[in-house]
Amino acid sequence: MTAVIAGAGMHPWGKWGKNFTEYGVHAARAALKDAGIAWADVDFVVGGETVRNGYAGYVAGSTFAQALGWNGARIATSYAACATGAQAIDTARARIMAGLCEVALVVGADTTPKGFLAPNAGERWNDPDWLRFRLLGMTNPAYFALYARRRMDLYGATSEDFAAVKVKNAKHGLENPYARFRKEATVADVLASPVVSDPLHLLDICATSDGAAAVVLVSADYAKKHGIAAPVRIAAVSTVTPTFPNTVIDMPLLSTDSSALTGVPERTFKEAIGQAAYEEAGIGPEDVDVAEVYDLSTALELDWIEDLQLCKRGEAEVLLRAGDTTIGGRIPVNPSGGLACFGEAVPAQAIAQVCELVWQLRGQATGRQVEGARVGITANQGLFGHGSSVLLST
Amino acid sequence: MTATPVSPVIEGWFTTGEEPRLLASRCTRCTNVVFPPVSADAGAAAFYCRNPACDGDEYDAVELSRRGTVWSYTDAQYQPPAPYVPAADPYQPFALAAVELPEGLVILGQVADGYGVADLAVGAEVELVVETLHTDETGERTIYRWKPVTA
Repeated sequence: MTAVIAGAGMHPWGKWGKNFTEYGVHAARAALKDAGIAWADVDFVVGGETVRNGYAGYVAGSTFAQALGWNGARIATSYAACATGAQAIDTARARIMAGLCEVALVVGADTTPKGFLAPNAGERWNDPDWLRFRLLGMTNPAYFALYARRRMDLYGATSEDFAAVKVKNAKHGLENPYARFRKEATVADVLASPVVSDPLHLLDICATSDGAAAVVLVSADYAKKHGIAAPVRIAAVSTVTPTFPNTVIDMPLLSTDSSALTGVPERTFKEAIGQAAYEEAGIGPEDVDVAEVYDLSTALELDWIEDLQLCKRGEAEVLLRAGDTTIGGRIPVNPSGGLACFGEAVPAQAIAQVCELVWQLRGQATGRQVEGARVGITANQGLFGHGSSVLLST
Repeated sequence: MTATPVSPVIEGWFTTGEEPRLLASRCTRCTNVVFPPVSADAGAAAFYCRNPACDGDEYDAVELSRRGTVWSYTDAQYQPPAPYVPAADPYQPFALAAVELPEGLVILGQVADGYGVADLAVGAEVELVVETLHTDETGERTIYRWKPVTA
């Protein structure tokens, strides 16, 4: 049984100062309305867990279900750091494919503090996420900066290239009603912003935001029976872990695995995330029309383009400079404006990537439409071996 | 006048002295090496070999090579949030490096006092030193750091 997306909805990203449940309910109702499906017909709810909102956040699935009014649906809650939303979608999809439910609502919502994301309070000498701050002062942007510097030293990337990613994404997001930052940026603006972790400037790094996103998944039979217009097919969801040895340093770890026993593996973890999606869908990178990738930093967007095999290793700057990744180019990347225009709302973000692709594949992305897009892919990586990639097709 | 006590900020991760080294745990069955090592101080009493082809649960403590090459590097221009403990007021930025060792691991560390990103390059050689991370009520607390090797 194929699972299709019948509806998508979001609450605009920003710093709104409200409870995450309000954002989630807003997005859920928008997705149900988009699908033309009543809440009473939902028989499975998956919530993306938020770790910054107390117990209600730990049991997000039940929190959203109760807020919408208990309807007796089965529920689940997923947590996979930044990949939470994709894991939640995968859970709903698997249940539909197994014939165990017909209509699943997937919701992720968050509120986030200002500034650097920091670990929860308390002394935890056995928690790498605590130790990296305590022993090294190693923030998230510092990890992004390691990857950025490596692009410069290995492939000749420049600060101007990184800034050009911001310029592109800022332009893409101008007409997106859900984006938080809707303002053009210039290369000079990015270079004039303070350096946070060399070589990355403040405007190279994504902010943290409040926001919520939701999708309604139904079985292909249900879509047909109820005349759902333009359902978008979920061709694959990849949530693979790394394969030993993981030889690229991953946030929040202090070390890689050793490659001494087996040598360096054929694919890095991030390469394996996309590859698993392609294999599951039975298509290749040459079939992709549009991509939403996790640009936690500008430079990381360039890494993802290569990880998804949209070009060869070390050639993402060539695509960028040629305008290939801009809307209207050969393979537009982050037509939504990406995290550059949103800021990250952790458990909602991977769902928001999918919402954007749903609108792109339906031809409804007003002001930012990738013409004729039929296949879209998302990519994302969360702490502790959580990757995700969702492949959608018309 | 008594000397200020000096102690590692975390036990069992590195040796001190003239030629300090990082400590790792090596599986007695397959020889896979992991860092950070099994350390009761860090709450890890048990060892599980990370090699999926091995179910080893015993390890030897081994010293890693002192010298490695820079995989990448950056710095912290703004004070990191707690539980980072700033060493000075006002805050002094510091550099960070990920360093590839002959044992096949890449290990993150701060860069030695007095060195910044201008002193580093991908592929450059660095060696391990032990320096003061900060001072608390028990005295000076030390941490391993990477120091550029100047020929």
